[in-house]
Amino acid sequence: MNKKFGWGTANTVAVVLTLIPLLWILSLSFKTPTAILDASFWPKQWTWSNYSGILQSAQFIRPLVNSIGIGLIATIVAVVLASMAAYAVARLAFPGKQVLIGMALLIAMFPAISLVTPMFSIERALGLFNTWPGLIIPYVAFGLPLGIYILSAFFREIPWELEKAAKMDGATPFQAFTKVIAPLAAPGMVTTAILVFLFCWNEFLFAISFTSTIGARTAPAALAFFSGSSQFTSPTGPIAAAAVVITIPIIIFVLFFQRRIVAGLTSGAVKG
Amino acid sequence: MADIVLDQVTKRFPDGALAVDKISLDIADGEFVILVGPSGCGKSTTLNMIAGLEDITEGELRIGGQVVNNKAPKDRDIAMVFQSYALYPHMTVGENMGFALKLAKTPQNVIDEKVNEAARILDLTQHLDRKPANLSGGQRQRVAMGRAIVRDPAAFLMDEPLSNLDAKLRVQMRTEVSRIQRRLGTTMVYVTHDQTEAMTLGDRVAVMRSGLLQQVGSPQELYEQPDNLFVAGFIGSPAMNFMAATIDAGNMHTPLGDAPLSGRIRQALEQANAPRDLIVGIRPEAFEDAALVTPDARENGIGFRATIDVLESMGSDVFIYFTKETAQGVDAAELTELARDSGRADTGGSGDTIVARIDAATRIREGDDAELWVDLRSLHVFDPATGRNITLGGSGATGGSGATGGSDATGGSGATGGAGATDGSVGMTKDSA
Repeated sequence: MNKKFGWGTANTVAVVLTLIPLLWILSLSFKTPTAILDASFWPKQWTWSNYSGILQSAQFIRPLVNSIGIGLIATIVAVVLASMAAYAVARLAFPGKQVLIGMALLIAMFPAISLVTPMFSIERALGLFNTWPGLIIPYVAFGLPLGIYILSAFFREIPWELEKAAKMDGATPFQAFTKVIAPLAAPGMVTTAILVFLFCWNEFLFAISFTSTIGARTAPAALAFFSGSSQFTSPTGPIAAAAVVITIPIIIFVLFFQRRIVAGLTSGAVKG
Repeated sequence: MADIVLDQVTKRFPDGALAVDKISLDIADGEFVILVGPSGCGKSTTLNMIAGLEDITEGELRIGGQVVNNKAPKDRDIAMVFQSYALYPHMTVGENMGFALKLAKTPQNVIDEKVNEAARILDLTQHLDRKPANLSGGQRQRVAMGRAIVRDPAAFLMDEPLSNLDAKLRVQMRTEVSRIQRRLGTTMVYVTHDQTEAMTLGDRVAVMRSGLLQQVGSPQELYEQPDNLFVAGFIGSPAMNFMAATIDAGNMHTPLGDAPLSGRIRQALEQANAPRDLIVGIRPEAFEDAALVTPDARENGIGFRATIDVLESMGSDVFIYFTKETAQGVDAAELTELARDSGRADTGGSGDTIVARIDAATRIREGDDAELWVDLRSLHVFDPATGRNITLGGSGATGGSGATGGSDATGGSGATGGAGATDGSVGMTKDSA
């Protein structure tokens, strides 16, 4: 009984701590500009103006399109590359395999902030600055280690003999991979795709550093460039509304695939 | 339909381990050949080399007269059934069976027809739309067989296909495999570690040990004329009893008693220039309760007394276990090694326990000091140094037992030819049937 109570309290504290800022953003997004600084938690007067304002503004719509486009492309590229790499890691013995795994882990652990300055110079030199590829490439690079890790766990669970059977049935190695192995690893690929997409969608540091216009700027970065309706009003309302708008798809996404993500993150940890 | 010829095939793994050492084996078209041996003897590696899943280090593999050493599995036209079945979990039974045909771009109506035909043979028709996960072990096994049958391949390869089934189902499926092979008349190479499966299924059985082919022959040949200690000990259940014996002035001293040498054995020993210390092998059924032996049959063997440790009644026969001081002198190590090799050491059967199969009419009880009799006509005598069966002598080779074994220098590489030819004709009759 006591134990239950303890866990319950801990859970409640955690949920409240997380939810209050979220609810606050939600509340702010419905407040009129003058009410932003009043001390009430819920708006006294509800308004949709923040939402209608941002949804009519190219300053938000264009970055939203960028976010979706860059996120999807980076996700697809990362999952395809990661599944091939993970397959090699799980199935083949090749020299330098441990080094490769170590390097992948290293990339995942590297603080992104330390890379921003050199990458900025590189992107400028290569003409990638303020383009979609300028964000897609680093997103793929940072999504890959995660993908390789999750997918290699999945591939390891697939019996080796299935591939031999496919070979005996007349499949080329590529057919064996696409028709037998990949379908079986599909849950892993979906999990990887979700996690990589979440990463791309939420990423802020690269998005703000490697873009200069709404031509390539993603939604989280675009929020930072919102301006008020006049130079004396702060854009708090529209920012809050935009934050809510870009959070909703993620919440739906996660609720929908929650079981998959958990299964994906823990699979390989225990057998069966 | 094709014959499979292994010509001095060798497999050496990158770490230097020699898994298969110069195996030569002619498998005739339509023949059912079993590769049998303890685990680690190289039988699965041999099968994988035939399949193309393992590279061949040296030697030549011909299927239907064509050298296929460097061909990919898909170009060899052979089907394989795996120990784990290796069914594709995301496909239905029908899709599993039709997968190979689909890859070969066979028209869908032909695929359906062939899958339905195979399903009918294997009694799987009502399961065609189910996924493997919802099938029982026996059904999965049949799907794995079906996947091979559908393709109508030149040869079937089976890697311990029944070892995941429970004992009762295994016996059932054993009959099924045999029936299917006869019905289709396709060449089949079957790997197992179970000598019972080997004896009951195959036209010919190839016994392997540490990468070497020990003996190839029909089950009866292997049982009656084992080339060496290993084959003698491996084939037969319960296994052959081995004892140390010495030859002295026309007499043979065995732990069971002294016996005069028969003409057959004396001749064989002289021919082989055998040493004085030997190992004799006696099959359990050579023993009998002395009270049940007719007086005129008695002179073919010798009587002795033994205290019965354990008695197991099988209904039709009785197995009795007793101990004799068999592990004497220099031969003990050799016998122990064999026991370990054939796995009997694990089951607690030490070298000096003798098992005898006697008539169920016996009145012998556990703990009795019983009067027993052993028939010496089917006695085998082995050279402890080489393990070779001396009693077979020259006559053994004419029997076409086809020894290519490493320790056996007289065997020669082409020795499988004779037996292969006779069994080939068996295959032919099956084809026309």
